[in-house]
Amino acid sequence: MGRELIDAIVAMDDKKALQITQDLLDQGVAPNKILTDCQTAMEEVGSKFEKCEYFLPELIMSGEILKQITEIIKPELDSTTGNGKKKGKIVFGTVFGDIHDIGKDIVIFMLESNNFEVVDLGVDVPIEKFVESIKTEDPDILGMSGFLTKTFDAMKDTISGISEAGLRNNVKIMIGGGTVTEDIVDYAGADAFGETAMDAVTLAKAWMGGNKNE
Amino acid sequence: MNEKYEQKRKRIDDTIALKKPDQVPIFLPQSYLPARTEGITLKEAHYDVDAWVRANKNFVLKYDPDMYFFIEAPINGAGQVHDILGTLAMKWPGGTLPDDVPFQFVEGEYMLQGEYDHFLDDPSDFLLRVFTPRVFKNLEGFSKLPPLKNLALGCYGTPVYGMAMAAPEVVESIERLMEMSKHALNFTVKSGQLYAELAAEGHICAANAPVLHPFDIISDMLRGMRGTMLDMFQVPDKLISAMEKLYPLSLGGAIGAAQATGNNQIFIPLHRGADGFMSPKQFEQFYWPYLKKLIEDLVNANLVPMPFFEGTYEQRIDYLQDLPAGKCIGWFDRSDLNLLKEKLGDIMCVAAGMPASLLQTGTVESVRKQTKEAVNTFEGKGFIMTSSTVIDEAKPELLQAWIDATREFSSQ
Repeated sequence: MGRELIDAIVAMDDKKALQITQDLLDQGVAPNKILTDCQTAMEEVGSKFEKCEYFLPELIMSGEILKQITEIIKPELDSTTGNGKKKGKIVFGTVFGDIHDIGKDIVIFMLESNNFEVVDLGVDVPIEKFVESIKTEDPDILGMSGFLTKTFDAMKDTISGISEAGLRNNVKIMIGGGTVTEDIVDYAGADAFGETAMDAVTLAKAWMGGNKNE
Repeated sequence: MNEKYEQKRKRIDDTIALKKPDQVPIFLPQSYLPARTEGITLKEAHYDVDAWVRANKNFVLKYDPDMYFFIEAPINGAGQVHDILGTLAMKWPGGTLPDDVPFQFVEGEYMLQGEYDHFLDDPSDFLLRVFTPRVFKNLEGFSKLPPLKNLALGCYGTPVYGMAMAAPEVVESIERLMEMSKHALNFTVKSGQLYAELAAEGHICAANAPVLHPFDIISDMLRGMRGTMLDMFQVPDKLISAMEKLYPLSLGGAIGAAQATGNNQIFIPLHRGADGFMSPKQFEQFYWPYLKKLIEDLVNANLVPMPFFEGTYEQRIDYLQDLPAGKCIGWFDRSDLNLLKEKLGDIMCVAAGMPASLLQTGTVESVRKQTKEAVNTFEGKGFIMTSSTVIDEAKPELLQAWIDATREFSSQ
């Protein structure tokens, strides 16, 4: 199988990518192989994003293509197929007092596209829910999103709550959002902040000990 | 106007014209901050216009900046207006949010990609009968109206419209509009009185009412960010045609607001054209032509555009060099100050300097250090000291330290 599908996705040609997908299925190509090519395409998109050749619209568009390809091949997938061992588990949510979800959803999408398992706690997430999720999900990483300046204190209080529960050393914590800057990392007690969706992927890969190009 | 007002006016006008003013002007873009400093809840800010007006008045009199921000900014219409309309595209404190949580937009694809043709054929029809019922629950009745083109039938059309208007849902929606308008008018009258009082005491409002770039109207309000990003790839011609339809609204709205308020500074929050939100190629194709045109048309109408370049504009900064020199206030969020000075020092006065996060989490020393660096970068010319974004939260001592430091360092 050549690079036709990968190239179509990377070129943002949705019509071509979907046509190729259908052609491959008709030819009897395994859905798992198609998903692997999609994964390769998303990594190439991510790489171009890191080099500032691609931007948020390309992440959204490639995500949309991936979603539509997944819809086409879903009936062909069975419970035994999957797309490999996950790189790590991440719990993610927008902190209490904030209902913004666009940034969070893009970051989660990129993390999942890069083979992380993500548990999405949603928006306006109280401290207790983050604490409980660490106990029940046993994640490697916790991600907190917040768009408003009010959320700096919410992030700080959430991390304090996690520390008080004796769970701070169980997870690495990343924060991000429209007004979050480097100084908020120390203020809130987090481990790092990300300015873009790909920063989150880079951080997660580094924390899980993998080569960031894997 | 009084002497204090004239002094501030000259200071700002000299700065806009890239002449050296007597000192660096301070623009305090207070958003919810007066609620914090004056001890009212955010719910009161939205529902009690007298309390909100009082809080803003006390705030401006206390901190005495050269420019303050319009008080409608965090409110977007009184709480009662949104209760009555059943607003779905926004949540607000005391309404659909707890009393002390800031308002937040609920973005969505309120216009589907397949509906561009309807919008382009008859924008008013689409907006009244399809879009409005989606964003205001209690205006669902408008979806029962017949196509507006029926009005072209004149007398022949009256039976059609007459019957439609008799439908209970339509009647209810119209009654809701009439009911909410009283609250909307009350807010506007009270805020107008405040602006006049503050002007009489020597205080200048930076701008009245926002004007949106046509791309941001589509991305913020109609298609959502995700939808519009897909549109750039999937239906670029329709997106551009829709912006053509909306452009007169942006320009006309600005000119109308200036005439109504007497304030010739026009605030233009810029959202979806920032670095990262689209490629340079997409910026050139979709965003820049209308931004340039809007600014030039406003300047030609003897108005002062005040574009707020949210996010960063470092990848696009060379485009901004094409704007008319000495005619705009460019408010910058995260763009590097040295780059702004280098590239735009001869083009527009830059309003920037203090990260909003530092006013919450910093120290007096770090705020003073940041202020000094910002003032020195621009050497006292073509620079308005302001924060990276509107201010909801700040420690009062850091706010005062910032203002004092600006005055101190700009006179050195």
